[in-house]
Formats: sequence, C-alpha cells, structure tokens
Amino acid sequence: MNRLNVRWREFVIETLIRLSGFSAILFVVLVFLFLLKEGAPTFWQISPGNLFGQRWYPNEGLFGTWPLILGSLLVTAGAVVIALPLGLATAVFIRELAPDWLREILKPLIEVLAGIPSVVLGFLGMVAVAPLVRQVLNVPTGLTAFTGALMLAYMSLPTIISVAEDAIDAVPKSYRDGALALGATHWQTIWRVVLPAARSGVIIAVMLGIGRAIGETMAVMMVTGNAARVPHEWNALFLPVRTMTATIAAEMGEVAQGSTHYHVLFAVGILLFVVTFLINAATSVVIIRSGERRGGRLMG
Amino acid sequence: MVNLALAWAEAYGRLHPEVQIAVTGGGSGTGIAALINGTVDMANASRPIKAEERAQAEANGIVPVEHVVAGDAIAIVVHPSNPVHGLTIPQLAAIFSGKITNWRQVGGEDRPVVLLSRESNSGTHVFFLEEVVRQGRKDDKTLFSPDTLLMPSSEGISAEVRQNPNAIGYDGLGYVTPDQKVLAVASAEGQPYVLPTVETVKDGSYPIARELYIYTAGEPQGAIREYLDWIVGPEGQAIVRELGFVPLR
Repeated sequence: MNRLNVRWREFVIETLIRLSGFSAILFVVLVFLFLLKEGAPTFWQISPGNLFGQRWYPNEGLFGTWPLILGSLLVTAGAVVIALPLGLATAVFIRELAPDWLREILKPLIEVLAGIPSVVLGFLGMVAVAPLVRQVLNVPTGLTAFTGALMLAYMSLPTIISVAEDAIDAVPKSYRDGALALGATHWQTIWRVVLPAARSGVIIAVMLGIGRAIGETMAVMMVTGNAARVPHEWNALFLPVRTMTATIAAEMGEVAQGSTHYHVLFAVGILLFVVTFLINAATSVVIIRSGERRGGRLMG
Repeated sequence: MVNLALAWAEAYGRLHPEVQIAVTGGGSGTGIAALINGTVDMANASRPIKAEERAQAEANGIVPVEHVVAGDAIAIVVHPSNPVHGLTIPQLAAIFSGKITNWRQVGGEDRPVVLLSRESNSGTHVFFLEEVVRQGRKDDKTLFSPDTLLMPSSEGISAEVRQNPNAIGYDGLGYVTPDQKVLAVASAEGQPYVLPTVETVKDGSYPIARELYIYTAGEPQGAIREYLDWIVGPEGQAIVRELGFVPLR
C-alpha cells in the first residue's frame, strides 16, 4: 500500500472520529436550542409574578414554579445528606478495611445496585417504604420528600461509592506509609491523611450524585406525593413535595401543543437542563484542576 | 376511559377482524384535541366538550357529535378502619379544599386528613373539582388544597388508601378495589346518604355521577356507525358493566 493511500485512510479515520466527537456537542446544543424555542414563549406569555408565584395549578392559569423548584432542591439535598456519609463510609471500608475476598464480592454487588430500574425502586418505595415512614416517624402520610430522598440516596449510592473509592485508591501509598511511620493509628491515617488527600475526588462524587438525583423522575413521582406546596416549615422534609421532573412527566403527555402550559413545562425543562449542565461543568472543572495539581492524575 | 375503549376494541375486533381499531390513551383533552386536528375518528371523553374546543373544531371544518356511551360514578374511598360512613357534598368540598384538616371535625378519630387525588389533567380530577369541590357552582373559584397528593395513577391512590388510616381519596367506581372502604354521599345536610352502585347511578340518587361520551366528526357513517351501535348495544354495555362502569340501561 503506497504512502498516499495510507495518508488518505488516516485522514478519513481522523475526520470520522473528529465528527463523532463534535456530534456529541452538536446534539447537546440542538437539544438546548429546541428547549429554548419551545420554552421561550413562557417569558412573554406569563407575568414573572405568576411564574414565580407559590401556587402551581395550570388548569386555572396558575404557573407558580416555586413549589416545584424548592421541591426538587429539598429532595436532592436530602438525598446527598443521606448518601454522602453512607457512600463515603462504604468506600473507605472497601478500600481500607475490607479483606481482599470481601472486596471482590462487594464491588460487583454495588454495580448490581446501580442496575435496578428506578421505576422498580419507586414502586418498592410506594408500597413498602412509605407505610414504614408513616408508622415510624408518625407523620400523616409516608409520601414525603424524605421518602423520595431515601430512594434517591439509594440510587446515587453506587456512583458516589465508585468515584470515592477511586479517589481513595489514588492516594499515594507513601502518604499512608508516612502517617503510620509517624505513629498514627489506622483510623487516624484514614481520617486525617487519606480522606483530605482524596478531597477533590469526594467532591466529584458528591456532584455526580447531585446530578443523578436532581434528574430522577419515576421514583420521585411515585413516592413524594406530588403535592405542589412550598416547603416552608422546619419539618418540610417529612411532608409531601412535587419535583420539577415529576411535573413534566405527569403533565407533558396531555398538554395541548403550543399552549401556555406546554411552554411553561419546557421552561421548567430548560431550568433542569441548565442546573444539570452547571453541575457537570463544575465537576469537570474540579476534575481538571485536581489533575493539574497532582501532575496528571484524573481523580484524587 | 382507555380501559373501556381497549376492552371494546378487543371484543369488537374478535367479531369483526376486518375492522382495524387503534386505541391510544392520553385523557379527554388529548382525544378531543386529536378530533379537532382530524387525526382520529372517535374521541372518548369523560367530560363534555368545552365551548372553546367546539369552536376550534368548527373553525377546522369539523362538527363534533356527542354520543353518551356509559355512566360513571366517582366513589369516595377511605381506609377500612375509618369510622366515618358518609359525608355530604359541602363537607367533601371543605375537606378537599383544605378547610377541614382533621377527621374529628367530621365525626371521625383525631387524625390529620391526607387528601389523595388524580393528576390535574385527568377528566376525573376536573369533574371532581367542578361537581364536588366547587359544589357544581359555575362561578366558584375554589381550588383543591395545595397539600393534595396528586397520584400518577389509580393504583397510587389505592396503595395509599389501603394502608393509611388518615387518607381520603376519590376515583371512578371501576377503579375501587375491595380493600378500600367506600363512603356514602349525601348531596346536602338532611339528604339521604347513598352508596355508589350501578342502580343508584342509574336512578340518579347518587350525587357524584357523570356520563361518558364518544365524540365523532360529524354524524358517524359506515364502520364507525356500526361500531358505535355495537357499543351502545347489549354486548358493548355488558363490557361496561364488567369493567365497573354503569351501563346505559
């Protein structure tokens, strides 16, 4: 095969790969433009007072999105608060404390955890967890933000565990050896040397967990009660909420194309897109910066 | 009505395999919108067509013709251990709009009231809002309480009602399962309390009842006419009764 042929082949392959890479960016941009096109009419069809009001009831022209935004935030925050300590502890256990044979069992099991469909978890939550929450916490109903946060924590856990585990693994052995040589106990080494060194990886794990939680639809739709109320009490975590994702899922199917309700749902979609995009962008920044600091390691 | 439409289509398809019937769900609003756009021949609706929808249809050159095909009752359901046996419409209006928040205010135990409802795009939800929460008054602007739990399906309502003693919900009679308690309803204080059954809906004594419709574009012809005749005939109505709705005769 002569050199011209080879150069031509190389050029074609490189171009194809480059196109594939750019197409990913193109898809994201196209999705965002479509959301913008369908959601933009919201801003001149509805007054800001209505759009940021406290009552969401589209049938009567009430498009207050505050209950939905706060509902999503509450459930996501709850999920992270539950999943972070649990995930971190599991990651530490797997990397630092578990014997090899146990590690080999736990790691695939956690991957299995990630494979359970969210609608199955939602159904389990509705039928088994919600009654338990109602009885144990003595609240009027078990369909609460807390139940949603529990199911979301369960779903974010595999992501948080994997990433945190990689971060802990990436801490150089010399750090641990140095600490032990200075007379630190195993736990002191973990808590005061390894974890701080793995800090950026843990931050990445949290952000990926948040990204997963805020976009979850089916599970929260089945267990949070979908009551569009603004969570203003101190115990709002144990009362029903309605998330942005559940609202879009429940209402988009029946909305008339081109109606105001249709545009508002797309506007909520834009908000979700932007929030998820910002979280992912921030995560990428943390990854890149931590990579530079460590001279090229991707995590930790 | 999608369960009913599917059952009808399936049974009719067995008798007349040459007729192709495609059924899609999506709610009364979706069906009527499709009729207006000319993409369907028949639109099932659990509420009457609105004036603005009719105007839109006529602007498109389509005249919607209404056919009553079945009856339906909205049952009020509570947990089996709930001591309350009946409620009046004004009491139900106060409960579902959030004015009554404890069961002891209507003669029950000292428990908070947990409200369960269908999603706001459901014909059942709209019907309940107009006939019960607003007590049939056209200019009433009362809304459901913001604390109402909007469940995505009837199973969601059933799952909560059957295990939560604080719960009260509503749904079409055909969706009530035996492990829920159905309340008797009186149209006002002093009126008799009536349980929803096929008989009480037919003789009009149960206050929360409605008709189910099929809308066609113009007077039905040919295969559509035959299908509609079959639906209101004995075989179609037997299916209505089987699914828990109220047959015409």
